[in-house]
Amino acid sequence: MTPGPEYLFLLAGMGIVTYLPRWLPLFLFSQRKLPQWFVEWLDLIPVAILSALIFPEIFVTGEVRRLDLFHPKALVALPAFLFALKTRSLGGTVVFGMFLYWLAAQVF
Amino acid sequence: MPSLNSDPAGCCGRGGGERCVSEGVKAGWPICLGYAPIGLAFGVLAQKAGLGVLEIGLMSLLVFAGSAQFIAVSMMVSGASPVSIILTTFIVNLRHVLMSSSLAVFLRGVDRRLLSLFAYGVTDESFAVNMTRFREGEWSTCSALVVNHISNLAWIACTMLGGYGGHFIPAGSFGIDYALVAMFLCLLVFQLRGRIYGITALLAGLFAVMLSLWIPGNAYVIIASLMAATAGFMLKRTLRKPTPYDARS
Repeated sequence: MTPGPEYLFLLAGMGIVTYLPRWLPLFLFSQRKLPQWFVEWLDLIPVAILSALIFPEIFVTGEVRRLDLFHPKALVALPAFLFALKTRSLGGTVVFGMFLYWLAAQVF
Repeated sequence: MPSLNSDPAGCCGRGGGERCVSEGVKAGWPICLGYAPIGLAFGVLAQKAGLGVLEIGLMSLLVFAGSAQFIAVSMMVSGASPVSIILTTFIVNLRHVLMSSSLAVFLRGVDRRLLSLFAYGVTDESFAVNMTRFREGEWSTCSALVVNHISNLAWIACTMLGGYGGHFIPAGSFGIDYALVAMFLCLLVFQLRGRIYGITALLAGLFAVMLSLWIPGNAYVIIASLMAATAGFMLKRTLRKPTPYDARS
């Protein structure tokens, strides 16, 4: 099947609106010296984003979203977190987390 | 001052090339692993929606945005217009503005063509990995590019494979669904470099959970991050006033 013109239009549109937010700040902010307060504020963005991505991923489930602190994804998170804190190994944490999650799936 | 990229071409040129690629692969493999179950699942979904393998691959190449692609396909199934799908994609992917902004601090003075190529691969996952490495220092633009592009290749391959015959692979094998969650958890640990960061993380997590229960879509990521970073920043400023060294912790 060859992609039709309407599908290609859709992809072009999606591609552009995805690319622009990724590109514009890099293009603008990398070429000048930014004010100190802005750099300090940006410094806190990564930790905030990571947290904002991961917490709901772990603690919120369901088609209609609801809080669930005790399903496998959440229960595995604490030991995986502690493992990461202790070992500071990215690969190790990934494998350990996968193993625990697999184990949890066998138990639950 | 993070000026580690005064020689953007150096690492990609003679000599350092191989090292740059191997460093990038070493940093990026968890992303590729984590993309496997999601990519396969997307491929299966897209195929059910009537897209061919080529069309799936083309979307992964031109858009390269996991959650937006899922949403787009389900909107296509429900008969939404291309314009409304494009608008939704824009809103869903707007969070990358924040990520690119904080990456820019570490890419001062890098060639704009290289930056334009780099921007293509800024995703939640590559951002998290590259940001951690940039912070640790000694991370070249070239290795960061490798992380972006092997992730992209893995994504394209997995989504196409899913469209080809992903339903033959049993879902949830080997706990692979947890790969990205574990990766993000560990990268979060790497970002906790002091009290302010810990407080900001907790606030962001709390805000995000509350907002995600309250408002539809994924706008909670942006709103919670902005709120938490601003709160953390103000706290840091307040703590600094009495003695300048307090805020350093």
